[in-house]
Amino acid sequence: MSETHDAVHRHEAPKSFIRKYIFSLDHKVIGIQYIILALAAVLVGMTMSVLMRLKLSWPGTSWSILGTLFPSGAPGGIMNPEFYLSLVTMHGTIMVFFVLTTAPQGGFGNYFLPIQIGAEDMAFPFLNMMSFWVTLLGFFVILAAIFVEGNNTIANSALGLWLGGGSGATVGPIGGWTGYAPLSAVGPAAGPGQGAGMNLWIISIAIFCVGSLLGALNFITTLLNMRTRGMTLMRMPLTCWAWFTTAVLALLSFPVLLGGGILLLLDRTVGTSFFVPGGLVFGSSVLTSHTGGSPILWQHLFWFFGHPEVYIAILPGMGATSHVLSTFARKPIFGYRAMVFAIFAIGLLGFFVWGHHMFISGMSPYSAMTFSILTLSIGVPSAVKTFNWLGTLWGARIRFTTPMLFAIGFVSLFVAGGITGLVLGQTSLDLPMHDTYFVLAHFHLVMGVASIFGMFAAIYFWFPKMFGRFMSERLGKIHFWITFVGVYCIFVPMHTMGMVGMPRRYSEFGQYEFLARLHPLVVFVSIAAIITVFTQLLFYFNLVWSAFKGKKAGDNPWEATTLEWTTASPPPHDNFAGVLPVVYRGPYEFAVPGAPNDYVMQTEPDASEQAQGVSGDGHNGHKH
Amino acid sequence: MATTVTSTRPLIKKGTGGGPKGRVPNGNGGPKRNGHDRSFPDFQSSANRYRIGMWLGLASILMMFTALSSAYIVRAASSSDWQPLTMPRILLLSTALILTSSVTLETARRKLKSAATRAYKPWLLLTMLLGLGFLGSQLLAWRELVRQGVYVASNPHSSFFYLLTATHGVHLLGGLTALAYLSIRSRASQDNQLALIKAQAGADAVTLYWHFMDFLWIYLFVLLFYIR
Repeated sequence: MSETHDAVHRHEAPKSFIRKYIFSLDHKVIGIQYIILALAAVLVGMTMSVLMRLKLSWPGTSWSILGTLFPSGAPGGIMNPEFYLSLVTMHGTIMVFFVLTTAPQGGFGNYFLPIQIGAEDMAFPFLNMMSFWVTLLGFFVILAAIFVEGNNTIANSALGLWLGGGSGATVGPIGGWTGYAPLSAVGPAAGPGQGAGMNLWIISIAIFCVGSLLGALNFITTLLNMRTRGMTLMRMPLTCWAWFTTAVLALLSFPVLLGGGILLLLDRTVGTSFFVPGGLVFGSSVLTSHTGGSPILWQHLFWFFGHPEVYIAILPGMGATSHVLSTFARKPIFGYRAMVFAIFAIGLLGFFVWGHHMFISGMSPYSAMTFSILTLSIGVPSAVKTFNWLGTLWGARIRFTTPMLFAIGFVSLFVAGGITGLVLGQTSLDLPMHDTYFVLAHFHLVMGVASIFGMFAAIYFWFPKMFGRFMSERLGKIHFWITFVGVYCIFVPMHTMGMVGMPRRYSEFGQYEFLARLHPLVVFVSIAAIITVFTQLLFYFNLVWSAFKGKKAGDNPWEATTLEWTTASPPPHDNFAGVLPVVYRGPYEFAVPGAPNDYVMQTEPDASEQAQGVSGDGHNGHKH
Repeated sequence: MATTVTSTRPLIKKGTGGGPKGRVPNGNGGPKRNGHDRSFPDFQSSANRYRIGMWLGLASILMMFTALSSAYIVRAASSSDWQPLTMPRILLLSTALILTSSVTLETARRKLKSAATRAYKPWLLLTMLLGLGFLGSQLLAWRELVRQGVYVASNPHSSFFYLLTATHGVHLLGGLTALAYLSIRSRASQDNQLALIKAQAGADAVTLYWHFMDFLWIYLFVLLFYIR
């Protein structure tokens, strides 16, 4: 068979432990490395959210362990406001960059994109490896920002001083994950956390940008160049379309953040005035070292990246959801073409709506209206996707497995969180809502929790392929129901708080009479959050336990149709043991009339094809 | 032979969607393995990926410079502290050097294309020399400004001048590294057909990058000194 020619330049399976598991060129190992990075980062991020909830609900309570760990940030165990702000900042940064960007794309995309298009690896395995290690370096740098601002010894060490001196009073910068200038641009004068920690924050994000760019370039090239015979674009699983669109977004938006980051770092270290206006007053002193910069410029650069970033987080979740829904509904995905165009439309529109984050920045009403109309028009492709998901479920004999539950949960959360996007996308409604808990609830539901549900669906679905064993269904279902109810208990009340006018990023509300009445709700949210967070430990346990003790899975345990299910579980080093599969049909051929099974694999030739026998190039559908 | 990805082969072919009624063409999904070139079934496409990857890389570099130029335009328009620099004369030399280097590199690439592998390396080396000359000339321009007492933070125009020239210079340094790699590997292209195809793809990708850096410099030069 002519496929075996590929052996000429296929890289052989590495023998040594380091090349096999650490500095591996294998996209599957790199994918798992990304997932492990996300699993570690999400622990840090969740711990921070629990601390924030503790502070919000029981502001005066002393947590002695915090007093021991952070003597100046939480003196006597009571978190001070700056400490809380830095928790907000680092929670956001770590979650958005190191969880929502790494796991869906770098993790699952890396592992499954090449297999699903029938390639033996990524186009540039070395770049792939580099992209992970660069991203990991970025994670270490962001952790360094935590320590340099959280610990006096490190803040005053030679390293801390060389980086601009940490405060030791927080656990990172205090300016939020958006790093708005001038707070982020003037150095320690802006308060604790804004010294070395802020420098490290910028450096970490810049490193992250480089890692993501390497990954994005690799994804697009792989998809365009390495599809196997018969895998036309319109036969690709929707997951591949989602990863492809995500990669395009990353390729075009991360450079803008990188450029902005360089400008911000120059403002801080060299004394340029890109973002810092003249005559700023900090405390009792006037800042004379800068003149004429534009803080709004930073907002434009940041949100030009920031809005596509939201889609970078959620599009892979949409892909996984479509894939899982179709598989367990045992029906073809409803409107495959419409789904593809909707993904692309969302990605494209995502580049023209960044202004809706800046309605209160004093922009012209005409540009605000343009941004508003474009923003609302994203509702159209989003609705196309939602109705197609519902159409897929309609009249189906659904198999309610754990991945299916999470996929349905994704649809629910996407609708619940997306609908408030229509509220916030309108200038007049956004003005009073801006920077309230309403915004917080909106984006946590739609880009935070929904994306994570997409990833839960993905991990429960693909775990048997990745490790050859099922994850425990019983634990999975408990995990799903508590998490699903939990996130609604957390974020629905937040909408109410926002409408009452509760502002984001405040560490205490006691002194505001009109908010004091909301305190029981705040406590309720905190309890829900703490229960939900601890439920995730069940998921971690399930992951580790199932990898060793889970029920054994075959090559195609879910009776799915796409290429990853044609190979062994886990797949061999080159994915298909030297013989690339040939594709004869679309990805979601379930319940085909007249077919012997209720699913037809993509590699299965039609009857007419089989009658021709080994004509042409001599390819038959190849199955293991 | 086309040099660009977009014109090599159509990537989009009609196929079937997710629906159950699948027409079945006999393979030919991806842009590769059309079965004509039996001796190297995968190689042309494996070489193509360097060209695709380079185009994508250029797209992202373009986005970064677009971001920086929009910052430049906004900053120039939004304040009264903008003091335009007088152009250091030596930048004209830089411009001449990088323009020439594009010509020499293109010559090198064509030599390799017509399999004149022996004439390839000298042109590569000449290009590297011109590239180094460009970087040296840029450094001299910086020195001239420093002598005048104009530093990075002196005023917004000087900040942008140093920033843009430095960012461009770093990218050009990357190009020089790639050229060095090509010239080290240039002997291998004489060995066999496979190595030649690979070397040609590499040369295509690097040449593309170099031309882009050339174009980028002209653009930055005009932006910095001819748009007021």
